[in-house]
Amino acid sequence: MRRTVAALLRKELLVELRTLESVPGMSLFALTTFVVFHFALNQNSVSGDEAAGILWVTLLFAAMLGVNRLFVADADQGGFDAFLLAPVDRSAMLLAKALALLAYLLVLELVAVPAFALLLLGPSLGQALPDLLVVLALADLGVAVIGTLVAALAVRTRARDLLGPLLALPLLMPVVIGAARATSPLLGLVHAEHSPARWLLTLGLYDLVFGLIAYAVFDFLLED
Amino acid sequence: MIELEGLVRRYGEREALSDVSLSLPAGGTLVVFGPNGAGKTTLLRVLSTLLRPHSGEVTVLDRRLPQDAWAVRGRVGLLGHEPLLYRELTARENLRFHARLHGVGEERVEELLAAVALSDRADEPLKTLSRGMVQRAAVARATLHDPELLLLDEPRANLDPAASELIEPLIGASARRTRVISSHDPSGGLSEADLVLGLRAGRPALLREADRVDPGEIAELYR
Repeated sequence: MRRTVAALLRKELLVELRTLESVPGMSLFALTTFVVFHFALNQNSVSGDEAAGILWVTLLFAAMLGVNRLFVADADQGGFDAFLLAPVDRSAMLLAKALALLAYLLVLELVAVPAFALLLLGPSLGQALPDLLVVLALADLGVAVIGTLVAALAVRTRARDLLGPLLALPLLMPVVIGAARATSPLLGLVHAEHSPARWLLTLGLYDLVFGLIAYAVFDFLLED
Repeated sequence: MIELEGLVRRYGEREALSDVSLSLPAGGTLVVFGPNGAGKTTLLRVLSTLLRPHSGEVTVLDRRLPQDAWAVRGRVGLLGHEPLLYRELTARENLRFHARLHGVGEERVEELLAAVALSDRADEPLKTLSRGMVQRAAVARATLHDPELLLLDEPRANLDPAASELIEPLIGASARRTRVISSHDPSGGLSEADLVLGLRAGRPALLREADRVDPGEIAELYR
């Protein structure tokens, strides 16, 4: 299994490096959205709930671009068929795709979070960063698992570009709510010591539940 | 090796394969003729485990499908209209990727690159290669894991005579594998066949040993 996941992940990252179809688009979308918010809100800076909301909604929509592209090369170039003909555990593809999406999200956030701090955020990010990293990690895990599941379902339909976001956004609402609530106190004018534990716990539980669901149903999604 | 009894496969309401029954022993070659849309590709995909039969009994490599599909995967090599290779990756990267999926050593990759005369162009992205070269890479991919059963969908469609000769040891009769080949070429197909299946609108219109088939009967399928 580990060998198969490594082979799939390596291929995934290699294809992305050659095509640059996902990560640059995701990052550029996030930067553009922050600029739009900067001018649309007509404020020099935001904090608290407003800042957390802008950050997470932007990251969510940027992530959707990556989710929509996640299986396109496999569907269009026969990678699905080739994988299905191999004598390997099909869950390896779930794991490899989720890890690839996780890597894309990490790169996105390396660009988007500093840009957000520069363009919109009032309070300094320095103090909040360690706790924010925990929230980002938990939310990214949820987005990666749910995004992979939805992308695998949508890519085999004719309306895949529409179906992906339509399925993913409602399923990812709890992730965005949990992440925004956990982030809000960190980005307040008076910096909180820690994120509220209950929201971190909610995010962790949601990740776990969807991880198990994805593992249970992924095989059936790949079947004819 | 392959036993079909009343195989039916539908796409929605339409039957792409209706009541197909045949028997092919190990080492034999079945050549399937028929106009576009007759069900040739669907038959190959059912035999490869990629499509489920909707009714009838299907036994491939002595295993029942779809129940035992897991035991058939990895023992079948499929060469379809699509090369099942990533255009952005090189031929070597593609074959190494498939070698890892099939648990095959990298020396086999180099052996096959040499066999299809792609060693010199193996590090160029597939999208920069000609269709014939991509088809040769696809042949290497389909035979990488030394499959017992080869499913070949018009395997020489993009190849010039020299390239066809090059891949002969891998997918030709000399490869000594059980083969199911879809073809539009009556004389070429008949010369390879032990058993001939002619399909028309998903139904068997001809099923006979190759030495008892007249090329005119195959031409009749296309009228």
